[in-house]
Amino acid sequence: MIALVGGVIMIIQYFVPHRISQDVFNYYTSWGPIVATFALILGVGSVTRVHMYKIRMKSTNWAYSLAVILPMFLMPVFALLPGSLLGGTDGPGFFDFMYSRVQIPIQATMFSMLAFYIASAAFRAFRAKSLLATVLLVAAVFVMLAQVPIGDLAGRWLPNTGQWILRFPNLAAKRAIELGVGFGMLATSLKIIFGVERGWLGGAGE
Amino acid sequence: MRMTVNLLPAGLALLLATAAGAQAIPEPSATPDSLLLLSDSLAAAASAQVAEALPEVRPAVLTSIADVPNDAGDHLSVSFEPSPDSASVLAYLILRRTPGAPDSLGGQWTIVKHVPLGDPTTDVIDGYDPDFLVESGVSYEYRIDVLTTDGRQIEGASVSPVAVASGEWFHTEKLKVLVGCVLFISLIFFYFKRALSGHQLYLRPIPGIDAIDEAIGRATEMGKPILYVPGLSSIEDVATIASLTILGRVAKKVAQYQTPLRVPNRDPIVFTVAEEAVKQAYLEAGRPDSYEANSVFFVTDSQFAYVAAVNGLMIREKPATNFYLGMFWAESLLLAETGSLSGAIQIAGTDAITQLPFFITTCDYTLIGEELYAASAYLGREPKQVGAVKGQDACKGIVMTFVTIGILLCIIDLVTGSYADPSKSLLAKLQGLIDVTSLE
Repeated sequence: MIALVGGVIMIIQYFVPHRISQDVFNYYTSWGPIVATFALILGVGSVTRVHMYKIRMKSTNWAYSLAVILPMFLMPVFALLPGSLLGGTDGPGFFDFMYSRVQIPIQATMFSMLAFYIASAAFRAFRAKSLLATVLLVAAVFVMLAQVPIGDLAGRWLPNTGQWILRFPNLAAKRAIELGVGFGMLATSLKIIFGVERGWLGGAGE
Repeated sequence: MRMTVNLLPAGLALLLATAAGAQAIPEPSATPDSLLLLSDSLAAAASAQVAEALPEVRPAVLTSIADVPNDAGDHLSVSFEPSPDSASVLAYLILRRTPGAPDSLGGQWTIVKHVPLGDPTTDVIDGYDPDFLVESGVSYEYRIDVLTTDGRQIEGASVSPVAVASGEWFHTEKLKVLVGCVLFISLIFFYFKRALSGHQLYLRPIPGIDAIDEAIGRATEMGKPILYVPGLSSIEDVATIASLTILGRVAKKVAQYQTPLRVPNRDPIVFTVAEEAVKQAYLEAGRPDSYEANSVFFVTDSQFAYVAAVNGLMIREKPATNFYLGMFWAESLLLAETGSLSGAIQIAGTDAITQLPFFITTCDYTLIGEELYAASAYLGREPKQVGAVKGQDACKGIVMTFVTIGILLCIIDLVTGSYADPSKSLLAKLQGLIDVTSLE
């Protein structure tokens, strides 16, 4: 019932620009951050429960769980420490140090692995084992050469072909997918609003 | 509501007086007598020498003030004609006041916007600046002052009658969207009803969905867990909701086969919903005791820390089957490639077009775009669910018809030579009929 009322109100709200309609929308959406904040407490509880269980049971690789639990609870402590205590009055505090010198580089490392993964995935994708895979390989060669200056050396036809592939067949396929996604979203939203789809509330929807 | 007010430029005496008044904004009086006194006193202050030295700059003319249509009553449109002496103009200042209100409540002239030199704008929408909001139902007067290159502020005339902004109850530009929505919703409900009345509706087979049972069976035979990643987006994302729906159905099968399930989450709200979905699925499968409390867990809301955790799980526990269903960004390839290297059978599905090539390359089966939303109907086969998919297909049929008509009209335009002329182009007429891209 809440989903039905909320959903119908939001549909009507889209077509009504009046101040009252805007206020209703803002009122509804202002609940989002509040719910998210309380849900975060549940999330932290989940992480703690899972990893404390592994540590207590001395499960395989339980030391990794320590590497999760300790920083998770120590970082807020570092944030509470005055900056002057560990970082001096001019420099950043220990929390900033841990964030910018430890956490950010680790995340950047994960992201940088993407380049290697793209190379290996591309190698697998571009093996011309079938007609379709060959078409993909040829199209990819044209598109890639169209993006780099060396493509011009072979003549303008090469970058032009690459651009044509991007602008016509590629864009047509992309729009077809977007269209399907749009209708899929519409149908799913209607199913949720009118209670046809209740699986997301828990269970298999029966 | 639309209201147009024609205004006359201020008197020459007042202009000369203002010329001597430097940067201060003089308060024009409401009565003719006091206006005369003000003009006289300020004109006296402006020495004849200064007046002769400075070039004359005629003021801008405020041509209309109108309520902006299709808004909440918080914008007014102000139009003016620029000064003919544009070479001496540095900027136009738009001033506003509420007549009769005390100074603290907007009763005095306040600069709410300025149009700098070089900006050709002569139609200004007031109300966007959070410091100078326009309130619905409040009367406003406007004045356009000219700021000259030599630092003078040439005052324009005040406006009467006043303008009042008002909100509308229907956004007229969204009429096409409303018609489209009613049409599509009606089609979906038509197929709901048709499915419920017992009509057998055909759904074309989707290999990725058909492979779900096989993938769960494989994990069961190997005695290894199943990894289900419900995307990295929040619960507001429809793809996440679709993924959680599929999770419920997958979890039910997993419960029946007694296969371990791992569902790492990035969003805390998604985590709580996923936990409930899996618990309920075990209950529905008649095996609530088999549910592992730690099978659904929150990892972190940091994108790459999440990837590190899930990749670590893949390497250590080596799940036999990996599901990646939902919304993904740059992490898609990092997850799917690691899963591929670990030897798992992988089924992915997303509506993120930029991530689809990565999944297609690295996964055994990929649900492309709308197939993700249809998966729930395929797995459940309930009449209403199937009806929704058919309704969706009917909507696509209508769009395809329009696309085909558009292609034909484009060809006709090319043959008749009316392609370049929008007034004659048949394609432009069709676009005018159905185009809603001007909306936000």
